[in-house]
Amino acid sequence: MKGQLLTAILASALIAPLASADSVAEGKSIAWDRKKGNCLTCHMFEGGQQTGNVGPPMVAMKARFPEREALVEYIKDPTKRNPMTAMPPFGRNLILTEAEINKVVDYLYTLN
Amino acid sequence: MKKIISHVAFGLLGLSVSAAAVAGPAEDRAAFQKFYENRFPDTPVSDFQNGVYSILPSARAQWEEIEEFPPYELAIERGEEIYNKTFANGKSLASCFGDDGAVRSQYPNWDKERGMVVTMELAINECLEANGEKPLKYKKGAMADVSAFMSYNSRGQMVNVEIPSDDPRALAAYENGKEHFYTKRGQLNFACADCHMYTAGNLYRADTTSPAFGHATSWPVFRSKWQAMGTLHRRFAGCHNNIRANPYKAQGEEYRNLEYFVTYMSNDLEFNGPAARK
Repeated sequence: MKGQLLTAILASALIAPLASADSVAEGKSIAWDRKKGNCLTCHMFEGGQQTGNVGPPMVAMKARFPEREALVEYIKDPTKRNPMTAMPPFGRNLILTEAEINKVVDYLYTLN
Repeated sequence: MKKIISHVAFGLLGLSVSAAAVAGPAEDRAAFQKFYENRFPDTPVSDFQNGVYSILPSARAQWEEIEEFPPYELAIERGEEIYNKTFANGKSLASCFGDDGAVRSQYPNWDKERGMVVTMELAINECLEANGEKPLKYKKGAMADVSAFMSYNSRGQMVNVEIPSDDPRALAAYENGKEHFYTKRGQLNFACADCHMYTAGNLYRADTTSPAFGHATSWPVFRSKWQAMGTLHRRFAGCHNNIRANPYKAQGEEYRNLEYFVTYMSNDLEFNGPAARK
Protein backbone atom coordinates (compact mmCIF):
# COMPACT_ATOMS: atom_id res chain seq x y z
CA MET A 1 0.00 0.00 0.00
CA LYS A 2 2.75 2.38 0.98
CA GLY A 3 4.67 1.38 -2.11
CA GLN A 4 1.61 1.94 -4.28
CA LEU A 5 1.06 5.36 -2.76
CA LEU A 6 4.68 6.29 -3.35
CA THR A 7 4.47 5.09 -6.94
CA ALA A 8 1.33 7.14 -7.43
CA ILE A 9 2.99 10.22 -6.02
CA LEU A 10 6.08 9.76 -8.18
CA ALA A 11 3.98 9.05 -11.25
CA SER A 12 1.82 12.12 -10.76
CA ALA A 13 4.94 14.22 -10.22
CA LEU A 14 6.30 12.97 -13.55
CA ILE A 15 3.07 13.37 -15.51
CA ALA A 16 1.72 16.62 -14.10
CA PRO A 17 3.21 19.73 -15.60
CA LEU A 18 5.20 21.67 -13.05
CA ALA A 19 3.26 24.63 -11.75
CA SER A 20 4.97 27.95 -12.17
CA ALA A 21 6.17 29.79 -9.10
CA ASP A 22 3.83 32.64 -10.04
CA SER A 23 0.75 30.49 -10.10
CA VAL A 24 1.70 28.88 -6.76
CA ALA A 25 2.06 32.34 -5.22
CA GLU A 26 -1.23 33.48 -6.75
CA GLY A 27 -2.91 30.30 -5.57
CA LYS A 28 -1.71 30.94 -2.05
CA SER A 29 -3.00 34.48 -2.08
CA ILE A 30 -6.41 33.32 -3.40
CA ALA A 31 -6.58 30.56 -0.78
CA TRP A 32 -5.68 32.92 2.05
CA ASP A 33 -7.80 35.91 0.91
CA ARG A 34 -10.86 36.23 3.17
CA LYS A 35 -12.91 37.44 0.21
CA LYS A 36 -11.76 34.62 -2.08
CA GLY A 37 -11.00 31.09 -0.89
CA ASN A 38 -10.83 32.03 2.79
CA CYS A 39 -9.63 28.46 3.29
CA LEU A 40 -7.96 29.21 6.65
CA THR A 41 -11.38 29.67 8.23
CA CYS A 42 -11.74 25.90 8.29
CA HIS A 43 -8.31 24.42 7.44
CA MET A 44 -4.92 24.56 9.12
CA PHE A 45 -2.20 25.84 6.77
CA GLU A 46 1.42 25.95 7.82
CA GLY A 47 2.29 29.55 8.66
CA GLY A 48 -1.36 30.59 8.95
CA GLN A 49 -2.61 32.45 12.03
CA GLN A 50 -5.85 31.53 13.78
CA THR A 51 -6.70 28.73 11.42
CA GLY A 52 -9.91 26.74 11.91
CA ASN A 53 -10.38 23.04 12.46
CA VAL A 54 -13.67 22.35 10.70
CA GLY A 55 -11.89 20.58 7.84
CA PRO A 56 -8.67 18.55 7.86
CA PRO A 57 -5.25 20.26 7.95
CA MET A 58 -3.81 21.02 4.51
CA VAL A 59 -0.84 18.67 4.50
CA ALA A 60 0.30 15.88 2.15
CA MET A 61 -2.16 17.05 -0.47
CA LYS A 62 -0.49 15.17 -3.29
CA ALA A 63 -0.62 11.92 -1.35
CA ARG A 64 -4.26 12.50 -0.49
CA PHE A 65 -5.25 13.55 -4.02
CA PRO A 66 -2.79 11.84 -6.39
CA GLU A 67 -5.06 12.77 -9.28
CA ARG A 68 -5.06 16.49 -9.82
CA GLU A 69 -8.44 16.48 -11.55
CA ALA A 70 -10.04 14.81 -8.53
CA LEU A 71 -8.86 17.65 -6.29
CA VAL A 72 -10.05 20.29 -8.77
CA GLU A 73 -13.44 18.59 -8.96
CA TYR A 74 -13.60 18.30 -5.18
CA ILE A 75 -13.04 22.03 -4.71
CA LYS A 76 -15.55 22.83 -7.44
CA ASP A 77 -18.29 20.88 -5.68
CA PRO A 78 -17.44 18.81 -2.59
CA THR A 79 -21.14 18.03 -2.04
CA LYS A 80 -20.92 15.54 -4.93
CA ARG A 81 -18.83 13.28 -2.70
CA ASN A 82 -20.43 14.24 0.58
CA PRO A 83 -23.81 16.04 0.46
CA MET A 84 -23.50 16.90 4.16
CA THR A 85 -20.10 18.58 3.96
CA ALA A 86 -19.77 22.10 5.33
CA MET A 87 -17.30 22.96 2.56
CA PRO A 88 -18.68 25.47 0.05
CA PRO A 89 -18.97 24.45 -3.62
CA PHE A 90 -16.41 26.95 -4.87
CA GLY A 91 -16.94 26.22 -8.56
CA ARG A 92 -20.64 25.43 -8.67
CA ASN A 93 -21.58 28.55 -6.70
CA LEU A 94 -19.11 30.76 -8.59
CA ILE A 95 -17.10 31.67 -5.51
CA LEU A 96 -13.88 31.10 -7.47
CA THR A 97 -13.29 30.82 -11.20
CA GLU A 98 -11.92 27.66 -12.78
CA ALA A 99 -8.56 29.41 -13.31
CA GLU A 100 -8.48 30.46 -9.65
CA ILE A 101 -9.26 26.94 -8.49
CA ASN A 102 -6.44 25.60 -10.61
CA LYS A 103 -3.99 28.07 -9.08
CA VAL A 104 -5.19 27.08 -5.61
CA VAL A 105 -4.49 23.46 -6.53
CA ASP A 106 -1.00 24.41 -7.74
CA TYR A 107 -0.44 25.89 -4.30
CA LEU A 108 -2.03 22.97 -2.42
CA TYR A 109 0.27 20.56 -4.22
CA THR A 110 3.28 22.32 -2.70
CA LEU A 111 2.04 21.55 0.83
CA ASN A 112 3.76 18.51 2.28
CA MET B 1 -49.27 -12.85 36.32
CA LYS B 2 -46.58 -13.71 33.87
CA LYS B 3 -49.12 -13.38 31.12
CA ILE B 4 -50.08 -9.91 32.28
CA ILE B 5 -46.47 -8.77 32.31
CA SER B 6 -45.88 -10.03 28.83
CA HIS B 7 -49.05 -8.29 27.69
CA VAL B 8 -47.93 -5.05 29.26
CA ALA B 9 -44.49 -5.40 27.74
CA PHE B 10 -46.02 -6.09 24.36
CA GLY B 11 -48.27 -3.11 24.71
CA LEU B 12 -45.37 -0.81 25.57
CA LEU B 13 -43.36 -2.13 22.71
CA GLY B 14 -46.22 -1.50 20.33
CA LEU B 15 -46.56 2.04 21.65
CA SER B 16 -42.89 2.88 21.26
CA VAL B 17 -42.78 1.45 17.75
CA SER B 18 -45.77 3.46 16.61
CA ALA B 19 -44.37 6.61 18.23
CA ALA B 20 -41.13 6.19 16.33
CA ALA B 21 -43.01 5.56 13.11
CA VAL B 22 -44.77 8.93 13.29
CA ALA B 23 -41.94 11.16 14.49
CA GLY B 24 -43.28 14.55 15.44
CA PRO B 25 -41.96 17.59 17.28
CA ALA B 26 -41.57 15.72 20.59
CA GLU B 27 -39.43 13.01 19.00
CA ASP B 28 -37.45 15.65 17.06
CA ARG B 29 -36.70 17.49 20.26
CA ALA B 30 -35.59 14.40 22.16
CA ALA B 31 -33.22 13.44 19.34
CA PHE B 32 -31.99 17.03 18.99
CA GLN B 33 -31.17 17.42 22.66
CA LYS B 34 -29.59 13.97 22.77
CA PHE B 35 -27.29 14.96 19.91
CA TYR B 36 -25.83 17.83 21.96
CA GLU B 37 -25.62 15.78 25.15
CA ASN B 38 -23.57 13.21 23.24
CA ARG B 39 -21.40 15.80 21.49
CA PHE B 40 -20.71 17.74 24.69
CA PRO B 41 -20.80 15.16 27.50
CA ASP B 42 -19.08 17.55 29.94
CA THR B 43 -21.83 20.16 29.65
CA PRO B 44 -24.70 19.83 32.14
CA VAL B 45 -27.94 20.00 30.15
CA SER B 46 -29.18 23.09 31.97
CA ASP B 47 -26.01 24.94 30.98
CA PHE B 48 -26.69 24.93 27.23
CA GLN B 49 -28.66 28.14 27.74
CA ASN B 50 -25.30 29.89 28.12
CA GLY B 51 -24.49 29.47 24.46
CA VAL B 52 -20.90 28.96 23.41
CA TYR B 53 -19.71 29.41 26.99
CA SER B 54 -21.44 26.16 27.91
CA ILE B 55 -18.89 24.30 25.77
CA LEU B 56 -15.87 26.60 25.92
CA PRO B 57 -14.30 26.61 29.38
CA SER B 58 -11.38 28.77 28.14
CA ALA B 59 -13.70 31.71 27.40
CA ARG B 60 -16.03 31.23 30.32
CA ALA B 61 -14.11 33.08 33.02
CA GLN B 62 -13.89 36.22 30.92
CA TRP B 63 -17.57 36.01 30.04
CA GLU B 64 -18.53 35.61 33.70
CA GLU B 65 -16.51 38.74 34.48
CA ILE B 66 -18.39 40.63 31.78
CA GLU B 67 -21.71 39.44 33.19
CA GLU B 68 -20.77 40.91 36.57
CA PHE B 69 -20.98 44.42 35.09
CA PRO B 70 -23.28 43.57 32.24
CA PRO B 71 -23.09 45.71 29.10
CA TYR B 72 -26.87 45.33 28.68
CA GLU B 73 -27.68 47.06 31.96
CA LEU B 74 -28.33 50.44 30.34
CA ALA B 75 -30.57 48.76 27.77
CA ILE B 76 -32.72 47.35 30.56
CA GLU B 77 -33.04 50.84 32.06
CA ARG B 78 -33.91 52.41 28.72
CA GLY B 79 -36.37 49.57 28.08
CA GLU B 80 -38.07 50.19 31.43
CA GLU B 81 -38.61 53.85 30.54
CA ILE B 82 -40.15 52.96 27.20
CA TYR B 83 -42.21 50.26 28.85
CA ASN B 84 -43.74 52.66 31.34
CA LYS B 85 -44.12 55.63 29.03
CA THR B 86 -47.72 56.74 28.74
CA PHE B 87 -49.23 56.53 25.26
CA ALA B 88 -51.25 59.39 23.80
CA ASN B 89 -54.36 57.42 24.78
CA GLY B 90 -53.25 57.18 28.41
CA LYS B 91 -52.29 53.53 28.25
CA SER B 92 -48.81 52.00 28.10
CA LEU B 93 -47.07 48.72 27.22
CA ALA B 94 -47.92 47.70 30.78
CA SER B 95 -51.59 47.75 29.73
CA CYS B 96 -50.77 44.86 27.36
CA PHE B 97 -48.13 42.92 29.28
CA GLY B 98 -48.70 43.69 32.97
CA ASP B 99 -46.74 45.80 35.42
CA ASP B 100 -43.40 44.08 34.96
CA GLY B 101 -43.70 42.62 31.46
CA ALA B 102 -42.55 39.22 32.68
CA VAL B 103 -44.20 37.37 29.83
CA ARG B 104 -41.18 35.90 28.02
CA SER B 105 -42.26 32.29 28.42
CA GLN B 106 -45.55 33.02 26.64
CA TYR B 107 -43.64 33.47 23.38
CA PRO B 108 -43.26 32.38 20.69
CA ASN B 109 -46.79 31.00 20.59
CA TRP B 110 -49.25 29.77 18.02
CA ASP B 111 -52.11 32.17 17.36
CA LYS B 112 -54.89 29.91 16.23
CA GLU B 113 -57.21 32.70 15.15
CA ARG B 114 -54.70 34.23 12.78
CA GLY B 115 -52.93 30.98 11.97
CA MET B 116 -49.45 32.33 12.67
CA VAL B 117 -46.54 32.29 15.10
CA VAL B 118 -46.47 35.32 17.39
CA THR B 119 -43.13 36.34 18.92
CA MET B 120 -42.66 38.71 21.84
CA GLU B 121 -41.26 41.45 19.61
CA LEU B 122 -44.21 41.15 17.23
CA ALA B 123 -46.60 41.33 20.19
CA ILE B 124 -44.85 44.49 21.45
CA ASN B 125 -45.39 46.25 18.14
CA GLU B 126 -48.96 45.03 17.89
CA CYS B 127 -49.61 46.51 21.31
CA LEU B 128 -48.10 49.82 20.23
CA GLU B 129 -50.09 49.93 17.00
CA ALA B 130 -53.35 48.87 18.62
CA ASN B 131 -52.94 51.91 20.86
CA GLY B 132 -52.18 54.31 18.04
CA GLU B 133 -48.42 54.41 18.65
CA LYS B 134 -45.68 54.01 16.05
CA PRO B 135 -44.16 50.52 15.81
CA LEU B 136 -40.46 50.03 16.61
CA LYS B 137 -37.80 48.68 14.28
CA TYR B 138 -37.25 45.01 14.97
CA LYS B 139 -33.51 44.44 15.00
CA LYS B 140 -32.01 46.91 17.47
CA GLY B 141 -32.51 50.11 19.38
CA ALA B 142 -35.71 50.71 21.33
CA MET B 143 -37.19 47.29 20.49
CA ALA B 144 -34.09 45.49 21.79
CA ASP B 145 -34.24 47.68 24.91
CA VAL B 146 -37.90 46.91 25.67
CA SER B 147 -37.28 43.24 24.94
CA ALA B 148 -34.27 43.33 27.30
CA PHE B 149 -36.39 44.81 30.09
CA MET B 150 -39.16 42.26 29.65
CA SER B 151 -36.71 39.36 29.31
CA TYR B 152 -34.81 40.47 32.40
CA ASN B 153 -38.01 40.44 34.45
CA SER B 154 -38.79 37.00 33.03
CA ARG B 155 -35.47 35.38 33.91
CA GLY B 156 -35.89 31.89 35.24
CA GLN B 157 -39.11 31.16 33.37
CA MET B 158 -38.96 27.81 31.60
CA VAL B 159 -39.00 27.58 27.84
CA ASN B 160 -42.24 25.81 27.08
CA VAL B 161 -43.21 26.33 23.47
CA GLU B 162 -46.28 24.42 22.41
CA ILE B 163 -47.12 23.05 18.98
CA PRO B 164 -50.86 22.51 19.39
CA SER B 165 -51.82 19.20 17.87
CA ASP B 166 -55.36 20.33 17.08
CA ASP B 167 -54.19 22.76 14.38
CA PRO B 168 -52.24 21.30 11.45
CA ARG B 169 -51.11 24.80 10.49
CA ALA B 170 -49.08 25.00 13.72
CA LEU B 171 -47.26 21.80 12.81
CA ALA B 172 -46.72 23.18 9.30
CA ALA B 173 -45.14 26.34 10.75
CA TYR B 174 -42.90 24.20 12.94
CA GLU B 175 -41.94 22.00 9.96
CA ASN B 176 -41.18 25.12 7.95
CA GLY B 177 -38.81 26.37 10.67
CA LYS B 178 -37.24 22.92 10.92
CA GLU B 179 -36.69 22.74 7.18
CA HIS B 180 -35.09 26.16 7.26
CA PHE B 181 -32.71 25.04 10.00
CA TYR B 182 -31.47 22.00 8.07
CA THR B 183 -31.46 23.44 4.55
CA LYS B 184 -28.23 24.63 2.97
CA ARG B 185 -28.47 28.08 1.48
CA GLY B 186 -26.46 31.06 0.26
CA GLN B 187 -23.41 31.18 -1.97
CA LEU B 188 -21.38 29.48 0.75
CA ASN B 189 -23.99 26.71 1.02
CA PHE B 190 -24.41 26.52 4.80
CA ALA B 191 -27.38 25.33 6.80
CA CYS B 192 -27.88 26.55 10.38
CA ALA B 193 -27.22 22.92 11.29
CA ASP B 194 -23.81 22.89 9.59
CA CYS B 195 -22.25 25.40 12.00
CA HIS B 196 -24.48 25.00 15.03
CA MET B 197 -25.08 21.27 15.06
CA TYR B 198 -22.75 19.07 12.99
CA THR B 199 -19.64 21.23 13.58
CA ALA B 200 -20.77 23.01 16.76
CA GLY B 201 -17.73 23.53 18.95
CA ASN B 202 -15.30 23.57 16.04
CA LEU B 203 -13.11 26.55 15.23
CA TYR B 204 -13.97 28.78 12.29
CA ARG B 205 -10.81 30.90 12.38
CA ALA B 206 -10.69 31.93 16.04
CA ASP B 207 -14.43 31.55 16.62
CA THR B 208 -16.03 28.50 18.16
CA THR B 209 -19.52 27.90 16.86
CA SER B 210 -22.21 27.64 19.51
CA PRO B 211 -24.64 24.76 19.98
CA ALA B 212 -28.14 25.46 18.63
CA PHE B 213 -29.57 23.77 21.72
CA GLY B 214 -30.07 26.79 23.97
CA HIS B 215 -29.77 29.33 21.17
CA ALA B 216 -33.12 30.93 21.72
CA THR B 217 -33.10 31.44 25.48
CA SER B 218 -30.89 34.48 26.02
CA TRP B 219 -32.19 37.19 23.71
CA PRO B 220 -31.80 40.04 23.20
CA VAL B 221 -28.03 40.12 23.60
CA PHE B 222 -25.32 42.72 23.86
CA ARG B 223 -22.89 41.45 21.27
CA SER B 224 -19.27 42.62 21.51
CA LYS B 225 -19.00 42.58 17.73
CA TRP B 226 -21.97 44.96 17.46
CA GLN B 227 -21.06 46.98 20.53
CA ALA B 228 -24.81 47.21 20.94
CA MET B 229 -27.97 45.28 21.64
CA GLY B 230 -29.65 43.17 19.02
CA THR B 231 -32.63 40.86 18.76
CA LEU B 232 -32.67 37.22 17.68
CA HIS B 233 -33.88 38.18 14.22
CA ARG B 234 -30.97 40.61 13.86
CA ARG B 235 -28.68 37.66 14.49
CA PHE B 236 -30.57 35.45 12.03
CA ALA B 237 -30.02 38.10 9.35
CA GLY B 238 -26.34 38.44 10.31
CA CYS B 239 -25.83 34.69 9.94
CA HIS B 240 -27.46 34.79 6.53
CA ASN B 241 -25.17 37.63 5.47
CA ASN B 242 -22.16 35.60 6.66
CA ILE B 243 -23.05 32.70 4.40
CA ARG B 244 -23.86 35.12 1.55
CA ALA B 245 -27.57 34.37 1.57
CA ASN B 246 -30.26 37.01 1.28
CA PRO B 247 -31.59 37.64 4.78
CA TYR B 248 -35.32 37.42 5.33
CA LYS B 249 -37.37 40.21 6.83
CA ALA B 250 -37.14 40.51 10.62
CA GLN B 251 -40.43 39.23 12.05
CA GLY B 252 -41.54 37.98 8.66
CA GLU B 253 -43.06 34.52 8.49
CA GLU B 254 -39.77 32.72 7.68
CA TYR B 255 -37.89 34.00 10.75
CA ARG B 256 -40.90 33.67 13.05
CA ASN B 257 -41.23 30.02 12.05
CA LEU B 258 -37.48 29.52 12.53
CA GLU B 259 -37.76 31.07 16.00
CA TYR B 260 -40.71 28.74 16.69
CA PHE B 261 -38.56 25.72 15.81
CA VAL B 262 -35.34 26.70 17.59
CA THR B 263 -37.15 27.84 20.72
CA TYR B 264 -39.17 24.64 20.83
CA MET B 265 -35.88 22.72 20.58
CA SER B 266 -34.78 24.50 23.79
CA ASN B 267 -37.88 23.57 25.77
CA ASP B 268 -37.11 22.83 29.43
CA LEU B 269 -34.17 25.23 29.53
CA GLU B 270 -34.63 28.61 31.24
CA PHE B 271 -35.13 31.96 29.60
CA ASN B 272 -32.03 33.88 30.73
CA GLY B 273 -31.91 36.99 28.59
CA PRO B 274 -30.62 39.51 28.11
CA ALA B 275 -27.07 38.22 27.85
CA ALA B 276 -23.58 39.21 26.76
CA ARG B 277 -22.14 37.38 23.77
CA LYS B 278 -19.07 37.68 21.58
